Amino acid sequence: MAIIKTTYNRRSFLKTTALAGGGMMIGFSWLTGCQPAPEAGLEIPKEWFEINSFLKIGENGVVTIMSPNPEFGQNVKTAMPMIVAEELDVDWKNVIVEQAPFNTDLYTRQMAGGSQSIRQGWQGLRMAGATARQMLREAAAQAWQVPVEEISTEAGVLYHKNSDKSAGYGEMAAAAANIPVPEEVQLKEVKDFKIIGKSRKNVDGLKIVTGQPLFGVDYSRDGMLIAMIAHPPAFGMKLKSVDDSAARNMPGIKDIFTIKTYEDDYERNAFDTNTFPELVAIVGNTTWEVMNAKKALRIEWEPFSDYSETVNSWGGKQDVRIPAGLESTTAHITKMAEMAAKPGNVLRKDGDPEAAFKNAAKVIERTYTAPFLAHNCMEPMNFFAHVTADKAELAGPLQAPEFIEQTLSARLGMPLEKIDIQMTRMGGGFGRRAYSHHMVEAAVISQKVNAPVKLLYTREDDMTFGIYRPAYHATYRAALDADNKLIAYHVKAGGIPESPLGRAANRFPAGAVDNYLAEEWAIASNITIGAFRAPRSNFLAGAEQSFLDEVAEAAGKDPIEFRLELLERAQNNPVGETNDYEAARYAGVLELAREKSGWGQEAPNVFRGVAAYFCHNSYVAHVLDLTIENGAPRVEKVCCAIDCGIVINPDAAANMAEGAIVDGIGNAFFGAMTFKEGVPEKNNFDNYRMIRMSEAPRAIDVHFVQNDIDPTGMGEPPFPPIFGAVANALYKATGKRSYNQPFLGEKPVLG
Amino acid sequence: MAIFNLNINGKKQQVDVDPNTPILWVLRDHLNLVGTKYGCGIAQCGACTIHLGEVAMRSCMLPISVVGNQPITTIEGLSENGDHPVQKAWLDHDVAQCGYCQTGQIMNAAAFLKANPNPSDEEIEAAMNGNICRCGTYTRIKAAIKTAAAG
Ligand code: FES
Ligand code: FES
Repeated sequence: MAIIKTTYNRRSFLKTTALAGGGMMIGFSWLTGCQPAPEAGLEIPKEWFEINSFLKIGENGVVTIMSPNPEFGQNVKTAMPMIVAEELDVDWKNVIVEQAPFNTDLYTRQMAGGSQSIRQGWQGLRMAGATARQMLREAAAQAWQVPVEEISTEAGVLYHKNSDKSAGYGEMAAAAANIPVPEEVQLKEVKDFKIIGKSRKNVDGLKIVTGQPLFGVDYSRDGMLIAMIAHPPAFGMKLKSVDDSAARNMPGIKDIFTIKTYEDDYERNAFDTNTFPELVAIVGNTTWEVMNAKKALRIEWEPFSDYSETVNSWGGKQDVRIPAGLESTTAHITKMAEMAAKPGNVLRKDGDPEAAFKNAAKVIERTYTAPFLAHNCMEPMNFFAHVTADKAELAGPLQAPEFIEQTLSARLGMPLEKIDIQMTRMGGGFGRRAYSHHMVEAAVISQKVNAPVKLLYTREDDMTFGIYRPAYHATYRAALDADNKLIAYHVKAGGIPESPLGRAANRFPAGAVDNYLAEEWAIASNITIGAFRAPRSNFLAGAEQSFLDEVAEAAGKDPIEFRLELLERAQNNPVGETNDYEAARYAGVLELAREKSGWGQEAPNVFRGVAAYFCHNSYVAHVLDLTIENGAPRVEKVCCAIDCGIVINPDAAANMAEGAIVDGIGNAFFGAMTFKEGVPEKNNFDNYRMIRMSEAPRAIDVHFVQNDIDPTGMGEPPFPPIFGAVANALYKATGKRSYNQPFLGEKPVLG
Repeated sequence: MAIFNLNINGKKQQVDVDPNTPILWVLRDHLNLVGTKYGCGIAQCGACTIHLGEVAMRSCMLPISVVGNQPITTIEGLSENGDHPVQKAWLDHDVAQCGYCQTGQIMNAAAFLKANPNPSDEEIEAAMNGNICRCGTYTRIKAAIKTAAAG
C-alpha cells in the first residue's frame, strides 16, 4: 500500500472555516446549497463535523464532499468527489456534493482547462479522503482502547474485528474532527477501488432535468439590475461617440455609459485578452428593456491605429503589437499562402532532410487549412457582480478564477481579501471561459451604478467578440524511398495570429523518421484568439493524420499498419531525444480501435477512416464509418479507443468522448468564422452552422485501455483526431481528399 | 406596459410588461422561472422551448401579447418531482454534459412524444433538429427519447 506524506498541500487538511459558510463571505451560497437531491432520500444531519476543507461528516454518517474545480460539462463535480469518497471508504449513497468556494490556499488548482482537473487533482483528492479515514480510525482506536492498526473500514463503518466492535463514521466524526492531521496516510491499491471505475450518475442530474437554477445566467439578487454591452462591429475599430438620447428615456433604463475594462497602462496577463478595450454599457431593470435600449443607441466607431500592449505572462513580459486595419478572410488566405512559401522558423531538425528529399523515389506534398472558429458556448458570456466600497461579490461561469482575480483586484483597487468569486455551473466553456474580461466588465458596471448587476451578452455579442480559435495553414512533405519507406518528413505550419506547431514539433511522427524538419510562422492580426478545446492540436491532428493517410496510400500500405510500423521504429530506435509521446501507448490505442471496430471487415457502402493523436497526456484513436445518403455524408458510427490511465467515472468519460467526437465532426463539416472588412460574417446560429442531431453519428462506441496509470486528460484528447478520421473516411467515400475546413461548408471558407 | 394574465404551470400569474416582451424574458426576469434558457433569441437553438397548450414553442420569439389565456408549461411544470418519463429517461442515460440545452431538449422531446408516441429514428431526428446541443450529447438524447417512448 502506498504511504504518502501529508505535507503535500497540507493546508487543505487543516481545519478551516471554508465549510462553515461557503467561502470567506458567509451567507453567499445561493448556488451551492447542500440540499441533497430528493430521490437520494438522505436525512440532513443535525450537526456537521468538519474533518478537513474537502469534507465534513454529519452525526448520522452523511458526508458532504466539496468539489474544488469549476464544472462545465466535463463532470468533475461528480468525478472529483468520487476520488475523495473512494479513499474515505464511504458509501457513495451517503455523499452530498457541493461546489467548493474559490480559495486556492485550500484547494490549490481550481481551474477547468488543459484537461488537467483530474490529473492534477488526483493526489490531493485521494489524500483528503485518506487523511479523514485515518482520523476516523484514530478516533475509534481511542474510543475502544485498541491499536489503530486493528481498525478497518468499509462503506462508512469502522470495525474492530477482535472485539467485535463497530461504529458508523457519524458516531466518530466529532472525535475525529479533533484528531491531529496524521503525518502520513495509506492510499488504496487500484485493485481495491470500489467507487473509482464504477459509473456514477451526474450529481446535478436532477437539477438539470428539472430546470433548477444552476448557471450564471440564473443568478439573481434582490435589487439586481441587468446590464448589456455594445462593442465595435468590426475588429480594427474602436468607439468614437455615443448618442444615447433615444435610448436613455426608454422604459426601465437606469443608465448608459462607456467603460474601459482595464486601466490604460494595465499590464495584462495572457488570459486578460481584451478584444475591445472600451465598451458602451446599458443598464436597466429587465433583459428585454435593456436589449431594446441597446438597439436604440446611435454609436459611431472609428478605425484605430497600430498599438502595443505589454503582456505579463507570469513574469515573462512581452510587448505585443496590435496592427491596425480591417481584415478579411480572402486576404488572410492570400497572406497565409505567401508566408507558407517563405522559409519558416526552424523548431526541430533531424538528419539531413534536404538531401533525403532530393534523393527520394517519391515526394508527396499537401497543404491543409482551417478557419477561425467561435466557441459558441450554449450559455452566452455573463456575470453577476456587486461591488460596494468595502467588498466585491462576483458569481458566474468561469474556467479559471485564479487567472482573473488579480486583474479584478487591480482594476477595482481592492485587495484580494475583499473579493469573493463564486463559480457557477457553466453552460459550456471549451476554453472561452478561461478569458473572463466579462467578469471585470460586470464589476466595473456594478461599481458605477452602485447596485448588484448581472451582465449578459446577447448571442450576437458573444459570437462577434473574438477570442476565437486561430486560422491555420500547414504544408506537409513526405519522402519515400524505392522500397516505399518513409525517409523524410517536413512540416511547415503557421496561422493568424499564431502557429499551431510550437512544442508539437516533437510529437509523432518526429522520432520515427530519420530526416525530419519542422518550421513555423505567424501573421499578426487584430482579431483576438484564445484557447479552444485542445488548442493547436485541434488543427494539427486533422492535417497530419490526413496527410499520413495519403502517404500510407502512396506507400501501398494499410493506414493502421503504416502508423504502427512508424511507432515501432519510435519505440525501438527513436530518432532524437525530445520526443513527446510514448510510442507503445500510442500504438496501443490504434490496436484497440482496430480490434474493436473490426478493421478490414466493414459492410458494403460503408467508408472508413482512421486517425490517432496524442495530446493533453492521453492517447486516442478513432475509426469512423461513413455512408452517403441522398448525396450527403452521414457518420454511421465512430469506434474510439482512449488511453487516459485510470478512468474515474467510465460512463461520464464516455459521454465526454462522445461529445468531443460530435463537436469535431460538426467543426470538420461546418465550423467557420469568416470576416469581411473586419466584421465577423456570422453572428448567430442562423448563419453559423452548428452540428445538429441528424448530422451526428448514429452510434459511438468508446473503449478505454485498462491500466493502472494515474489518470491523464480526457476532455480534449478525443477531439483533435476526429478531424482526420472524418477527412480519411470522406476520401474513401468520394475519392477526393479534403484539405480545407470546413469540409462541407455551404461555400469553401479557406482555399 | 400592459397587464397580462397568464396561466403558467397551472397557476395564474399577472405581469405588467411591454406587450412585445417575449415569454422567455417574462419567465426568467419576472416570474423567476429560469429553467427556460436563452441561447440565440431567434428561434434557432431550442434552448427556450416551452409548451403552449400541447405544442412545443420557442419562447424567445413568442410575444406575451399573443399568448392570451392558452396554458403555458415550462420545465418547472413538466412534472412535480422530475419524474416525467422523458426526465426519467434523461437521468437513466445521464444525458447532460453542461446541461444548459437540456431543459429545451426535454420540453421539445416531451411534446413530440405526446404527438408521436412511437417514433422512428428519422422522426426523432427531424423533430429534434431545431435543438442545438453544443456539448454534442445527441446520441444520448436520441437513446433517452427511445427509452421514454418504450415507457
Ligand atoms: S433562445 Fe429561443 S430558440 Fe434559441
Ligand atoms: S449539454 Fe451542453 S449544450 Fe447540451
